[in-house]
Amino acid sequence: MAAGSITSKFTLNNIGEWVQQQAKSFIPPLLALILLLGAWQVICSGKKPPLPPPTKVWEETQPYIWYPFFDRDYFDVDAKEKIDSPARKELKEKVTIEQGLGVKTIISVRRVAIGYTAAAIVGISLGIAIGTNAFLYRAFDPIFQVLRTIPPLAWLPIALAAFSGMNESLQTIGLNVNEAAGLFVIFVTSIWPILMNTAVGVQQVPQDYRNVARVLRLGKFDYFITILIPSAAPYIFTGLRIAVGLSWLAIVAAEMLTAGGGIGFFIWDSYNSGKQSELILALLYIGLVGLLLDKLVYYISKFAVQSDS
Amino acid sequence: MQTLDLTDNHQKKNQDPFLVIDGVSKVYPTARGPYTVLENVNLTVYEGEFICVIGHSGCGKSTLLNMVAGFNRPTAGEICLKSKPILRPGPDRMVVFQNYSLLPWMSAFENVYLAVKQVYTEKSKEEKTKIAKDSLALVGLTEAMNKRPKELSGGMRQRVSIARALSIRPEVLILDEPFGALDVMTREELQEELLSIWRANKVTALMITHDIDEALFLADRIVLMSNGPAAHIAEVIDIPFTRPRDRKAISDDPRYYTLRNYILEFLYSRFALADEAE
Repeated sequence: MAAGSITSKFTLNNIGEWVQQQAKSFIPPLLALILLLGAWQVICSGKKPPLPPPTKVWEETQPYIWYPFFDRDYFDVDAKEKIDSPARKELKEKVTIEQGLGVKTIISVRRVAIGYTAAAIVGISLGIAIGTNAFLYRAFDPIFQVLRTIPPLAWLPIALAAFSGMNESLQTIGLNVNEAAGLFVIFVTSIWPILMNTAVGVQQVPQDYRNVARVLRLGKFDYFITILIPSAAPYIFTGLRIAVGLSWLAIVAAEMLTAGGGIGFFIWDSYNSGKQSELILALLYIGLVGLLLDKLVYYISKFAVQSDS
Repeated sequence: MQTLDLTDNHQKKNQDPFLVIDGVSKVYPTARGPYTVLENVNLTVYEGEFICVIGHSGCGKSTLLNMVAGFNRPTAGEICLKSKPILRPGPDRMVVFQNYSLLPWMSAFENVYLAVKQVYTEKSKEEKTKIAKDSLALVGLTEAMNKRPKELSGGMRQRVSIARALSIRPEVLILDEPFGALDVMTREELQEELLSIWRANKVTALMITHDIDEALFLADRIVLMSNGPAAHIAEVIDIPFTRPRDRKAISDDPRYYTLRNYILEFLYSRFALADEAE
């Protein structure tokens, strides 16, 4: 009986309907993509094109496309007996690249994760502090308003200068100056939207909720946990979402300047060695990862936030 | 002007006063000088009474109830509950807000439980859970108790708000136009529920309303406010209908229309709003 009812759901008719439903959402973007690729192909198919056409990008980036997580260093270092197995040896000879783009992207994402997490912790804490205390708000808001307009990369030289003075202490926690400066740029880029939105969210706790807290005589801690944080959560997540986009923008730029690996450095490196096809593939990676990060924060916020409407 | 027999003496006046509003005024400072909302308001409420306050918008009804709740302090005069002055909000004077004021990130049960937890600090978790569940059962929300406010209708949300208020056994229940946003059917249903809960709990109720029929159905006494600024209590009317009340029986009572017309005349002739009088 049960099996019968399950199969009856998947009649030919239903599958056809399902495909039609799905088609509506993926055919238009597919058409647009084909159109754009076609235009690119036409524009860049002359004798001396400014950039390689899609077909050439495809041909020239084969190893990068098929081995995104290949890492020659990993193979050399991690093999315990220093002798490669035949299969691994074959792979190492076959693949001509040093490191796949997936590996490079993970390096960048890891940096973003560290800097962004630090910014989230500090930003939310400071935001709550200045949002709940009128004096602190008046004191710090003008300063933050100035600091937040400074472009991310403008922080890089000063971070490098500051960190080069404390090279030794950085090395004890496993960072070099460039790495620390890159993380700082992520931090300082993503903290402002988090901080500002948290402060506003905390200030905007509706009078109704405050009245409930007053009538019930909620203690400070209970008010904080049961009313303030949940009420400000939509604002905090708005800040977090803006920040994750900004920090992804910043890390790519910072890596181009600090030469410490990662997808941003790869772009600069490809440009310097004239490998335009690789550069284009890397851009695609950056776009997709940026989208993924944005969606990740979006879905976390949807899960975490309960709004009134 | 109609005459009205107001000699129907209130039997409860032999009791000690429960809630006393004594010479209360409220003045707000504004850019154009002080603005007097209420001036010399006096009212004595006895334990277990149901009082409805009627008046035009802006007459300071909410200001008055906010002062009883403790959200505001009178500029002059004093409000005392059981001879103790009211200085700040507290769960002994629980409020049912017009817009329900439920926390949207909590289920109906959690909203009620939050209040129960605050008040019955010495009780065990099981006891507190039972109190919250019983309160929700009282307003017929046992099945919906794990739903969030946004999944509930307006009437159900207000039921949760009433359950929350009653769960902590307040001495005074303050209702600020609790049914104003609801449709007629739901409103009447909730009025009847409120009345039976009020009777069962012997709670003193103070309610703002715009609806004369609602006030006549619910109240022991109706307080009529004059228009602001500097509003005061113009008149207090005893409602003679016996309890328990039946909506049909009351509306068949000849006194019902006398009272109704009297209040209507009060609102629309004697204290008509300026723009309506023109």
